Amino acid sequence: MLKFDHVSKVYKGGKRAVHDLNLEIAKGEFICIIGPSGCGKTTTMKMINRLIEPTEGAISINGVDIMKSDPVTLRREIGYVIQQIGLFPHMTIQENISLVLKLLKVPENKRRARARELLSLVDMTPDYLELYPHELSGGQQQRIGVLRALAADQPLILMDEPFGALDPITRESLQEEFKKLQRKLEKTIVFVTHDMDEALKLADRIVIMKDGQIVQCDTPDEILRNPANEFVEEFIGKDRLVQARPNIQTVEQIMSPNPITITGDRSLSEAIQLMKQHRVDSLLVVDEMKILQGVIDVEIIDQKRKKASLVRDVVEAEVFTVDKETLVRDTVRKILKMGMKYVPVVDDKHRLVGIVTRASLVDIVYDSIWGVDELTKIG
Amino acid sequence: MDTILQFLSTYGGEMLYKTWEHLYISVVAALLGILIAVPLGVALTRFPKGAEVVMGILGIIQTFPSFAILAFFIPLLGVGKTPAIIALFFYSVLPILRNTYTGVNGVQKSLLEAGRGMGMTGWERIRYVEVPLAIPVIMAGIRLSTVYLIGWATLASFIGGGGLGDYIFSGLNLYQPEFIIVGAVPVTLLALLTDLLLGKVEGWVTPKGMKKMREAA
Ligand SMILES: Nc1ncnc2c1ncn2[C@@H]1O[C@H](COP(=O)(O)OP(=O)(O)OP(=O)(O)O)[C@@H](O)[C@H]1O
Ligand SMILES: [Mg+2]
Repeated sequence: MLKFDHVSKVYKGGKRAVHDLNLEIAKGEFICIIGPSGCGKTTTMKMINRLIEPTEGAISINGVDIMKSDPVTLRREIGYVIQQIGLFPHMTIQENISLVLKLLKVPENKRRARARELLSLVDMTPDYLELYPHELSGGQQQRIGVLRALAADQPLILMDEPFGALDPITRESLQEEFKKLQRKLEKTIVFVTHDMDEALKLADRIVIMKDGQIVQCDTPDEILRNPANEFVEEFIGKDRLVQARPNIQTVEQIMSPNPITITGDRSLSEAIQLMKQHRVDSLLVVDEMKILQGVIDVEIIDQKRKKASLVRDVVEAEVFTVDKETLVRDTVRKILKMGMKYVPVVDDKHRLVGIVTRASLVDIVYDSIWGVDELTKIG
Repeated sequence: MDTILQFLSTYGGEMLYKTWEHLYISVVAALLGILIAVPLGVALTRFPKGAEVVMGILGIIQTFPSFAILAFFIPLLGVGKTPAIIALFFYSVLPILRNTYTGVNGVQKSLLEAGRGMGMTGWERIRYVEVPLAIPVIMAGIRLSTVYLIGWATLASFIGGGGLGDYIFSGLNLYQPEFIIVGAVPVTLLALLTDLLLGKVEGWVTPKGMKKMREAA
């Protein structure tokens, strides 16, 4: 739906920010543009809504050259999220969200309804409608910034480092939320970022730029597996190459399938026996159907030994689990970062099917950095 | 004191009339100033180079002695209220213009880009973004210039424009201090009251979100 045809941009003063760029983006695709600072990401993006006009070449949307359409009309049909969020401090959240609709002369009651509807998309209550931007947290403001770009149901959305200013946790949850939203609404998205994790997570295709040119444009998997050159390799970073190991795809493939378990009707002394026997300090608790109930460890038993005698009385139900279908690359970093010793692996019915230990993950990471070649030969 | 009371009983009605005249001259001049200076100030933000020149020229005019300006208008427009209003208008323009220019220029560039990117026309940006956000600064200019005008309007009397200046000039000519007091005190009160009133107006026209933000900060 969006096509760059030999597009170049030379700024006044002769700076060549974008050079002979060719790119075709399909409807519903999520494209991330990534590259070092000053490589022309923002310039590329702003040419799409004519905030910057190309010097050479043509950009077309659904076959129509953008230079032939009126810039104001064009921009109202394209959602735009700027890095600084840019909510208007003198307008309520409601007014901010529905501003494009106001420009499009949509009546007030419809604008209100739309603002409400959009707010519910990001799980915010209508109470927020009457507040002002400074009364919201950074993450909430950024959500509103995104909603504003969705207000007129624009099919194409441009985002320039929209989550750049957020703390890592808010950022991660917003990314997840936004990816879901995008799938649901089937938007075409051009997303500028300088965070490789973000790009890998969100993009259908990643465009890697350097000095105004595209170095590689591929799916995240393809880029991880076959980096076009050293620059890309460097840019991805060695530690991410683990995610590229072709013979390791899902968690199921790397877990160990026989974790040590116990059922809830056993006594605590039996549990301790079992731990001793296998030299572990915790056990996964399951029922007869192998459905995961929780976990017990030496410490818990020690604390509650006097009051309870059965495993089911002391089980700790809050356990972080992963689904066996999860891709390794999506979990590895999380597990390592959260510093867990092991993670139980479950299937879609929450049945325990295996366990991933920190030690086994670390092995994989090391293998992939130093031993990928031998391993792939064997595998 | 007695003389002043006596003065009031004889001239009370006339004084009210002169106060009204005084207010009329200054307010009309200020309104004209707003009408011209606010749009001009916004327009100048589009031409930063031209802005320097225009404000430079206005700055120089501002330094002309007011008497000279008033006298200058006599051969052109004769005597009376109209030339007085026009002369005062010249003084009102600069503070309002300068504040409008600064206020609009001070609006965050990211907000302008957000507006442009979402498809606002130039006019819509002025109306929905730049002016509302610059209102506090613009209003400060209007307040300042109106209060000054009330003081300067005393000079209108010099070219037959009337107002409370009549008393002051009579007082000066006839060596009667009570006349001067009777002219000067209401002028001061008028200026204070106007400032107070405009302060309220500023509160009404400042967008609610900005007021809340400032309270929070
Ligand atoms: N208005 C301008 N006039 C002249 N040169 C410009 C202008 N805007 C950008 N440039 C230059 O063009 C190049 C590309 O800029 P651009 O903003 O597209 O980079 P970017 O990839 O978005 O970088 P960043 O990650 O820092 O945002 C830079 O070298 C920049 O200095
Ligand atoms: Mg940029």
